[in-house]
Amino acid sequence: MNARHPSAARDAQVARVVYPAAVAGLLLLAWQALVSGWDLPPYLLPSPALVARTLFHDWSTLGPALLVTLRITVLALFLATLCGVLVSFVFVQSRALETALFPYAVLLQVTPIVSVAPLIIIWVREPTLALVLCAALVALFPVIANTTLGLRSVDPDLLDYFRLNRASRSQVLLRLRIPSALPYFFGGLRIASGLALIGAVVAEFVAGTGGTGAGLAYQILQAGYQLNIARMFAALLLISLSGIGLFVVMSLLARAALGSWHASQSAGD
Amino acid sequence: MSTSHRAAAQAITPSVPAIELVSAGLTYPDDTVALRDVSLRVRRGDFLTLLGPSGCGKSTLLKVIAGLLAPTSGALLLWGEPAQRLAPDQRPMAYVFQAPTLMPWASVQANVRLPLDLARVPRALANERVAQSLALVGLADAAAALPHTLSGGMQMRVSIARSLVTQPQLILMDEPFGALDEITRQRLDGELLELWRRAELTVVFVTHSISEAVFLSNRVITMAARPGRLLDEIPIDEPYPRSADYSVSARFANHARRVQESLQHASTHSASAGAAVARAGAA
Repeated sequence: MNARHPSAARDAQVARVVYPAAVAGLLLLAWQALVSGWDLPPYLLPSPALVARTLFHDWSTLGPALLVTLRITVLALFLATLCGVLVSFVFVQSRALETALFPYAVLLQVTPIVSVAPLIIIWVREPTLALVLCAALVALFPVIANTTLGLRSVDPDLLDYFRLNRASRSQVLLRLRIPSALPYFFGGLRIASGLALIGAVVAEFVAGTGGTGAGLAYQILQAGYQLNIARMFAALLLISLSGIGLFVVMSLLARAALGSWHASQSAGD
Repeated sequence: MSTSHRAAAQAITPSVPAIELVSAGLTYPDDTVALRDVSLRVRRGDFLTLLGPSGCGKSTLLKVIAGLLAPTSGALLLWGEPAQRLAPDQRPMAYVFQAPTLMPWASVQANVRLPLDLARVPRALANERVAQSLALVGLADAAAALPHTLSGGMQMRVSIARSLVTQPQLILMDEPFGALDEITRQRLDGELLELWRRAELTVVFVTHSISEAVFLSNRVITMAARPGRLLDEIPIDEPYPRSADYSVSARFANHARRVQESLQHASTHSASAGAAVARAGAA
């Protein structure tokens, strides 16, 4: 939008970082003042400073836990993307197939993972794999829905043009459908990355102390039993930061893949 | 396109029309008659314009010629051969849409190269032809640009360059400049005439602008709606090249009036049945 005014565009970018950071700073100050002013005990509400200290002191347990949760999230996202894209390719091959199968994709989406996770954890003996499957199930639907929509959202005139030039099915797929679908696909991926993290945490909660116990959700459960609220907050903070990190990575991926051609990537919007 | 069929097409005698429609009709499955009894010969080297109001089937007729729609009755001959008997790669024609219809993710060069890529022409040869084609439309410097960085007129030039890159004998154009402003359109009309003359093309051009039709073509075919059909042929016997002076001359106005009369004649005729109703509605 502000392409013609580079300084304005830069200002907008700076604002995008500075404004939220200012809000965070204000909230942290208010939080700290609240805890100090009312002299709240740390087992009710730990101060931000205490959370930060705990994060630093308990890094030897929280750090590896973060890695476990991230590993499950990333594997799940990868699996969901792979399966989701494959299912979408099947869907766009024929309307009949899509009509027949789409309700089951919706079924996957609307079934709460909390209710399915115990089954999966019983059936799949390998704990990491079980958790990855649970998280992937949560992340799958947006990939399917968006990629299918994208593969179908082809400019009809361009499709006619390809037909006029006797393009083969694979040429239409590779040169037209896939590039047209990319913006939709990356939109789906961004949603899926958040859902994969949520799925991973929820699955860890369900799996609980039953064996796997190493991820951030396990740390939250343990800290809760021990009334170590500061550590709970520290683990929560790590989960939130992971989510934001994933979102940023997906946005950067989209930008790298789409370059500047798509309207969603234009500066200032 | 390959060199073999160009050679084959050259072997055809010039007297054979490029396009011949013999009482062609197109009726949709819901019994809507899109085209009725269309008979038309397009000679090689013609600049023929199909002119008519919206819904008269002029774009449909163009799609029939292109092979995007099949006529439900009558026959279509291309270079003297029944169209259905021609292998797809024996139709040296290009199609230009109303919108530029470019791939937004691909550079101008890649967009113009598309038909060659689809025909699996070797990259080096293809790039050479793309450069020639872009030079023809005056966009040699824009090869690396993405379409959205270009103005509407430049995007349309890219679209025309893409149609020229296969070195077609016949170009079908569906209101190619309809979305552009008047000044840009007049400039592109002039450039198109230059290309047509230099490359000895046959052009079938769809428009609803009488002045554009009279300026460009040597033959104007007027059409009417419901059902889509041909009305008259108005020959525009004016020498080429045609300058801007021509478009303000008395002869130009004369041609335009004849075209206008043909269209009006049709609208009064087809309206006569429902005239009473229409008049009652107007009052």
